[in-house]
Amino acid sequence: MKLKPALLGAAASLAFVPMAMADGHSGERGRDGAVSIIYWQAPSIMNPFLSGGTKDVEAGSMVVEPLARYSETGELVPWLVDEIPTTDNGGVSEDLTTITWKIKPGIVWSDGTPFTSADVKFTADYCMNPEGGCAQITKFEGVTNVEAIDDLTVKVTFDKPTPFPYGPFVGGESPILQAAQFADCTGAAASSCSEQNFNPIGTGPFKVVEFKPNDVITMEANENYREEGKPAFATVTFKGGGDATAAGRAVMETGEFDYAWNLQLAPDVIANMEKGGKGKPVAGFGPLVERLMLNQTNPSPDLGPEERSVIRPHPFLGDPAVYKAMSMAIDRPLLVEIGYGKAGKVTCNWVPAPDAFNSTSMTCDKQDIAGANKLLEDAGWVDSNGDGSRDKDGVELSLLYQSSTNAVRQDFQALIKQWWSEIGITAELRNVDSSVFFGGDAASPDTFQKFYADVEMYANTFNGTDPQSYLANGLCDKAPSPATQWQGENITRFCNEEYDALHKKLSNTAGLEARAEIGKQLNDLIVQEGAIIPLVHRGRLSAHANSLGGVKLNVWDSELWNVADWYRVK
Amino acid sequence: MFTFTIRRLILTVPTLLFISFVIFMIVKLSPSDPTGNLPLTIPSEVREQIREALGVNKPLIVQYGLWLKQFFWLEPRIYLEHAFGWDLGTAGETRLISYQTRSPVMDLIMQRMPQTLMVVGTAYLVGTLIALPIGIISAYKQYSVFDQMGTLVSMIGFSVPPFFSGVLVIVLFSVMIPSDSYFWLPSIYDTTHEVTDWESFKFQFRQMIMPVMVLALQITAQISRFTRASMLDNLNQDYVRTARAKGMKEKTVVLVHVLRNSMIPVVTVIALGIPSIFGGAIITEQVFKVNGLGQLLIIAIQGGDVPTVQTLTFIFAILIVLFNLIADVLYGILDPRIRYD
Repeated sequence: MKLKPALLGAAASLAFVPMAMADGHSGERGRDGAVSIIYWQAPSIMNPFLSGGTKDVEAGSMVVEPLARYSETGELVPWLVDEIPTTDNGGVSEDLTTITWKIKPGIVWSDGTPFTSADVKFTADYCMNPEGGCAQITKFEGVTNVEAIDDLTVKVTFDKPTPFPYGPFVGGESPILQAAQFADCTGAAASSCSEQNFNPIGTGPFKVVEFKPNDVITMEANENYREEGKPAFATVTFKGGGDATAAGRAVMETGEFDYAWNLQLAPDVIANMEKGGKGKPVAGFGPLVERLMLNQTNPSPDLGPEERSVIRPHPFLGDPAVYKAMSMAIDRPLLVEIGYGKAGKVTCNWVPAPDAFNSTSMTCDKQDIAGANKLLEDAGWVDSNGDGSRDKDGVELSLLYQSSTNAVRQDFQALIKQWWSEIGITAELRNVDSSVFFGGDAASPDTFQKFYADVEMYANTFNGTDPQSYLANGLCDKAPSPATQWQGENITRFCNEEYDALHKKLSNTAGLEARAEIGKQLNDLIVQEGAIIPLVHRGRLSAHANSLGGVKLNVWDSELWNVADWYRVK
Repeated sequence: MFTFTIRRLILTVPTLLFISFVIFMIVKLSPSDPTGNLPLTIPSEVREQIREALGVNKPLIVQYGLWLKQFFWLEPRIYLEHAFGWDLGTAGETRLISYQTRSPVMDLIMQRMPQTLMVVGTAYLVGTLIALPIGIISAYKQYSVFDQMGTLVSMIGFSVPPFFSGVLVIVLFSVMIPSDSYFWLPSIYDTTHEVTDWESFKFQFRQMIMPVMVLALQITAQISRFTRASMLDNLNQDYVRTARAKGMKEKTVVLVHVLRNSMIPVVTVIALGIPSIFGGAIITEQVFKVNGLGQLLIIAIQGGDVPTVQTLTFIFAILIVLFNLIADVLYGILDPRIRYD
């Protein structure tokens, strides 16, 4: 009597298994209960315009959304609009000075009011207000006017032809705020609107229930979200704080959390955690490159404050034999193996991604100590006084090599120092706390901008998929100096007329292929002229629980870009 | 006694002002920058605008004056308004704003206070309750097995830092024990958890066990040593021999005569340790993600968040000065021979 229904039930559940596997992520909204995310850097604010920190941008991206964003492959995808405006579909004007976005009809904010072009225009005004201290103002560079043509059409006008007009309202850093909510928070009042900054009304899949700054965010599904049956999770717990090790442990070993962000850990630590069996790491590669920057100016402490790291040239780093030998002596595959494991690749390029911009003209994956020695020998660098470093005309090949304090960086420093000593270059190592090194305090002698050293190592990247503004970091006039209070992005002080001209050409060229061609030339030029020695193409490594489905690690936008599609694997 | 207390209280005002100025200068002159932790993709002009909007570039003395005004004049009024529903005309004035979160520092502190008091306060209580009997028995049975064990435990408590012992218990109770087991304990403290019924109390209890015990180990080590030393001093005194000679019961001798007299220095140590409860336990809070005041302070330091660091450290300073005074007054109450007048 009882056996039959039980058997039937078992048979039925067996029959359902393949269905559940194939179709586990559709159904009604909130069907999968709670999901928990851990960021070892705790979010401080939900408004990306007032922070700029990755943790804050990504936490905010679950609530506030841009018009278009980048997919995990780096392609632009329409988000709150129907299509990406281009010159072909008439969305971008022929003279490249305007772009017109058409908002998808029927989108509402989480409070039920309609999402209109007025909100988009308001967001632009909010960020471009000079008193607000907007951290994403570069997204609006060159914008002269944002106009709401009708309820669903927004036209952005630039001051000059802009071949890549996808700065404003694209990507996690430039989402749309609700005009009604933030109306009283513009300009100097931006900082005092804690209520709005902590609980922004958005169009995204979730809305904030409670925000505890630097601690935890509780969110619930947005009942007005535009897609039926999404998100699959009813609530989100977004915990912050601790360290990367603990976050990785909580996902992969103890299984307390479903998703852990940016696990910058030694490869063997990750591998050990993976043995916990509760979750797995996922890696994605953006344009982040760990590199050596070679000072093109003279950093000698004998010079005065107005001259040190300002006047050219460097005593010996301008010699092609020297910088080429320094690069040849480095065993990049070994650096990848000990420093980053799965989350690293060998690269010879300053711009290693997206693929279209990745130059293939150089190779550097083999260490060549003998070749490096020969190169130096032929150029006349010999150790004439027997002190262990080569010299020529009284100039010793001895340098100061600095970096920020970080276990992997100190390992790299020690290894590279050893390899350089094998080719007769002595290096003195130095590391500076990262909040000082990257702090930009003009009064401190230890910042990376001041560059009071011969060589320094750090990593840098760019947002989105177009490297034009990143490549501008090689322009002569961007060099930090006392005249600019040591601000500026051209850290190596590289200065080359050909480079400047080529970059100008890039800023007037439309079309991906042509731009990629120029981009590669710029990359090759700066590397071959010895301003930069790229070391490792670094990826982002995050981890998710085995039971969490739908994760597509995106390095081009917020990692949580598709959180609406996440579901519980049953 | 009363005059002494009043005199000391008045003296604290210049002391605290001086402390606040020193803290301000240390924080300001240290090479940290509120925009230092932003991604490198944000260019320097934008950073400068952010600093300008935060008011970092104003003259130091103006910034200090503003802080004094906000801390001593504006914030107490806002507190009174909230507490009693009065209107003291604070609307529209800029409160003490944190650089990182752009929200009032006092709100952050009030938000963090409960979890710190809950975890660190419980640990202090538990630690003290364990330490006193250990100290008493260790002294009474000096060099016994119990005393040796107590010494060993204290030694471990003193010398093993919480970033080791904390991670060790996490590995033992969260990683090695399967999560469906009864003995499994959560490694990450849930600060949003509210105790409403027996089940939620049990959960709260479980998530507090590890951080509380790690902290209690250190507190026990310290206080049990003090108790033991103080007891030993008194056990050899003449009045103890007299009490025994009079034929008093051993229990009365130890627990009434000796213990009472031994408590004077111990109570002082306990009182002086109370401000550290509010200071949170920076490392233990980080390890278990309790996110209390200690974690707030460390994140603010890393982020160059001057108003938060300044306010937090100053509140700690007030507490330390205050509890020093309380300890001094307690001396007089516990030992009638001590008089300040």
